[in-house]
Amino acid sequence: MATQTSGGDDFINNLGKIYGLYAGGFLAFVIFLAILEQVGVPNKVLGYLFVFFTIAVYAIIGVLSRTMQVSEYYVAGRRVPAFYNGMATGADWMSAASFVGMAGTLFLLGYDGLAWVLGWTGGYVLVSVLVGPYLRKFGAYTVPDFMSFRFGGNFARGLAVFVLFCCSFTYVTAQIFGTGIIASRFLGMSFEVAVFVGLVGILLCSMLGGMRAVTWTQIAQYIVLIVAYLTPIVILSTKQYGIPIPELTYGQAIADITAREAQMLKDGLATVANLKPHIQPWTTYTPLNFFGIILCMMVGTASLPHILMRYFTTPSVREARQSVAWSLFFIFLLYFSAPAYAAFSKLEVYTNIIGRNLTDIRPWMFTWGELGLIQICGKNAASIDSIVAACKAIAGHPGVVRLQDFVINTDVIVLSTPEIAGLPYVISGLVAAGGLAAALSTADGLLLAIANALSHDVYYKMIDPNAPTVRRLMVARILLLIVAVAAAATASTRPGDILAMVGWAFSLAMAGNFPALVMGIWWKRATTAGAIAGIIGGFGIAIFYLVCTRYFPGYGVAYFGMSALSSPTGAPLVDVAKAMAAPNAMDTWVTLAHPMASKVGWFGINNIAAGLIGAPVGFLLIYVVSLMGKEPSKEMQAFVDEIRKPRGRTVLQEKD
Amino acid sequence: MAQETSANDLAHWKKTTNLMWIHLGVWFFFGFVVHMFAPALNKIVILGFPLGFYMAAQGSLIAFVVQLFLFAKQQDNIDREFGVAEDD
Repeated sequence: MATQTSGGDDFINNLGKIYGLYAGGFLAFVIFLAILEQVGVPNKVLGYLFVFFTIAVYAIIGVLSRTMQVSEYYVAGRRVPAFYNGMATGADWMSAASFVGMAGTLFLLGYDGLAWVLGWTGGYVLVSVLVGPYLRKFGAYTVPDFMSFRFGGNFARGLAVFVLFCCSFTYVTAQIFGTGIIASRFLGMSFEVAVFVGLVGILLCSMLGGMRAVTWTQIAQYIVLIVAYLTPIVILSTKQYGIPIPELTYGQAIADITAREAQMLKDGLATVANLKPHIQPWTTYTPLNFFGIILCMMVGTASLPHILMRYFTTPSVREARQSVAWSLFFIFLLYFSAPAYAAFSKLEVYTNIIGRNLTDIRPWMFTWGELGLIQICGKNAASIDSIVAACKAIAGHPGVVRLQDFVINTDVIVLSTPEIAGLPYVISGLVAAGGLAAALSTADGLLLAIANALSHDVYYKMIDPNAPTVRRLMVARILLLIVAVAAAATASTRPGDILAMVGWAFSLAMAGNFPALVMGIWWKRATTAGAIAGIIGGFGIAIFYLVCTRYFPGYGVAYFGMSALSSPTGAPLVDVAKAMAAPNAMDTWVTLAHPMASKVGWFGINNIAAGLIGAPVGFLLIYVVSLMGKEPSKEMQAFVDEIRKPRGRTVLQEKD
Repeated sequence: MAQETSANDLAHWKKTTNLMWIHLGVWFFFGFVVHMFAPALNKIVILGFPLGFYMAAQGSLIAFVVQLFLFAKQQDNIDREFGVAEDD
C-alpha cells in the first residue's frame, strides 16, 4: 500500500462488506431524502442532491483507485473476482439506451422490440463459449494485442484499432447524449451544458485509475442502477396487483392491453393501420430483419472490445467463464423487467389518455409535454388549453384523444412511471440517478477501451516501444481526455436516433472483429493474409452498406443494385422508381427525411443488421485466403494450443 | 514450444469442441427457433402471458443464464479431466 498502487488483499477479501455497507448507505440516503421531501424541501433541490451525491461517490472511488502501475491501469491487476466482475460488466453493458430507451422501444414496437432484449442477452453465450476465456488465457491488455500476436504484427493491430475506434466512438457518443438528456431533465440545465457536466463525471471516474477505477465504480453504479430500475415497478405492481413481482403480474396488464386494443378499434379511437397489437410478432420488422437484428446484436456482443476486455481482469480462466454467467445474470435482472415497464405504461396510456375527453387528461403528462416529449394533436402537450387549441385546429376532431393524436418520446416511459404511479418525487430522483449511473458507467468503459487502444496499441506498440511507464500512462490519460471531449462535442450536436446508432456499433463490431477472433482461436490454419483480407473485406462491406444506404441511397440504387426494403406486409417502404425520378434522388449525405434514407438495400436487409452481410464475407475470405497460403508456423500453432488450455502461464507476458 | 500437439491435448480439444457445438445448438434453439413459432405459441396463454411473447421476453433469457452457469461447470470438468485446469 506504500504508494497507493497495490490495492491490497484486504480490499479484495472485504469486497462483500464494503459494497454491503455502500448499498446500505445508499438506501439510508434515499430514505433521508424522502424525509426531506416530506418536510417540504423543493423537488429541484432533491434532484440536485441525488445527482451530486452519487457522482461524488463515484469520483471518490475513482480517486482512491488511482494507480501508476501498468497492469492495474489496463486490467485492474487481474484480481477482480467473478461475481464482482459480473456486476461491473452489467453496469458497463447497460447503457442509457437500455435503462431509459429499452422500455420505450418495447412500448412502441410491442413484440418486435423484444429482438433487442434477446439480442442483448444471448450474445453472452457466444462470449463465454467462443471467445472470452481464450483471450483471458492469452493475457492481452487489449483486443488488438491478440490480433497483432496471432496475425503477424502491426498491420493487423492497426486494423483492429480502427475497427475498435469506429464502433466504440459511435457507441460512446450515444451514451454521452443520454447523460445530457437525463441531466438536463433533472437539473434543468440546457442540454449542451448538461453534456459537458456529464463528461466531468465520466472523467473523474476513469482518468486517474484506468480499468481499476472503472471496475470499482461500475460495481457501485450497478447497485444504484438496479435499485433505481426495480423500485418503481415493484411498488406499482404491489399497488395494482398486490404482488411485488412485476415480472409476474404484467401478464395481466398484457391481457388488459389486448382487450383494450380491440375496444379501441371498435370505438374508432384507432385504426388497423396505426395500431400495432402489443403481442403480435413482426408488425414493424420483417421476420428476416427481426432475426437479423437478434443475430447482429448477439454476435456484436461477442466482438465489442469494451465488453471483451472486462474478462481480462479476472484472476483465472475459470473465473472468466463464471464471470460471464454472473454478468448475464445481472443484466437479466434489468432486461426481464423492461417489458413490465412497457406493459404498465401502455395500459395507463390506453386507458387513461386514449379515449379521454381533452379536458380531463391526467396532469403528469404536462411536465413532459413542456419538454416536447409528449405531443397531442401535433403540438407539445404543455397544458390543457394548448391541447384543446391544437385539436380544434384539426378538421372533424371528435374532442377525445385518438391513438393517432398521441405521440410520445420513448425516453419518457421509464422516467415518467413514478409519476404515473403517483409516487413521491424522491422515487423520480432515484430513477434519474439510476439512469445517470447507467450512462456514466457505459461511457467510462467505452472511453477506456478507446484510450487504451490508442495509448497501448498505437503509441506504445507502434510508435514508441521504449516509452517509460510514466509516460505511457500519461499518454493514456491525455488521450482519454481528448476522445472524451470529441465525443461530447459530437453528442452536443444531437446526431439522432440512439437505438439505431447503438445498433450500427454492434453490426460494425460483428463484421470487423468476430470472424478474425473466432477463426484465430478455433482454426489453427487461419493465416495472417486470411485474417487481414477478412477484416478489410467484412468490415469494409458492412461500413459501405451502412453509409451507402443511410447517406447515399440514390447511388446505391443507381450503381449497386439496391432496391426498396419492404414492410412486414410485403409492400415496399418507398416507391423507388418515383423517388429516383425526383430531383433530390442523387443527393449526398442526406438527412433521415430523405425518401430513400435507410429504406433501400440488398435482400431487404435493414442497415442496422449490416453485420449480416459483413460477417459471412469476413468468414469466407479468411477461409479461402488462408487455404491459398502456407499454413502458419509450428510456433504459431503451438501458441494456439496454449491458449486453449487454462493451465499454465499467459502467452503474452507484459513487462510492467 | 514447437512440437506436435499431444494426444492428451487433442482429446481435450475434441471434447471442448463437442461441448461448444452443444451449447451453440441450445443457444440457437432459444435465440431463434422458438421465436419462429411465436404466432402459434401466442395462442397458449398462461397468467395472461401469451407463450410466444413470454419466451422472447423471459423464457429464453432464463435459459441463457442457466446455460452459462452450466457451461462454466461443464468446461471446468473437462479441463480437470485432462489435467489442464488451473490450480484452485
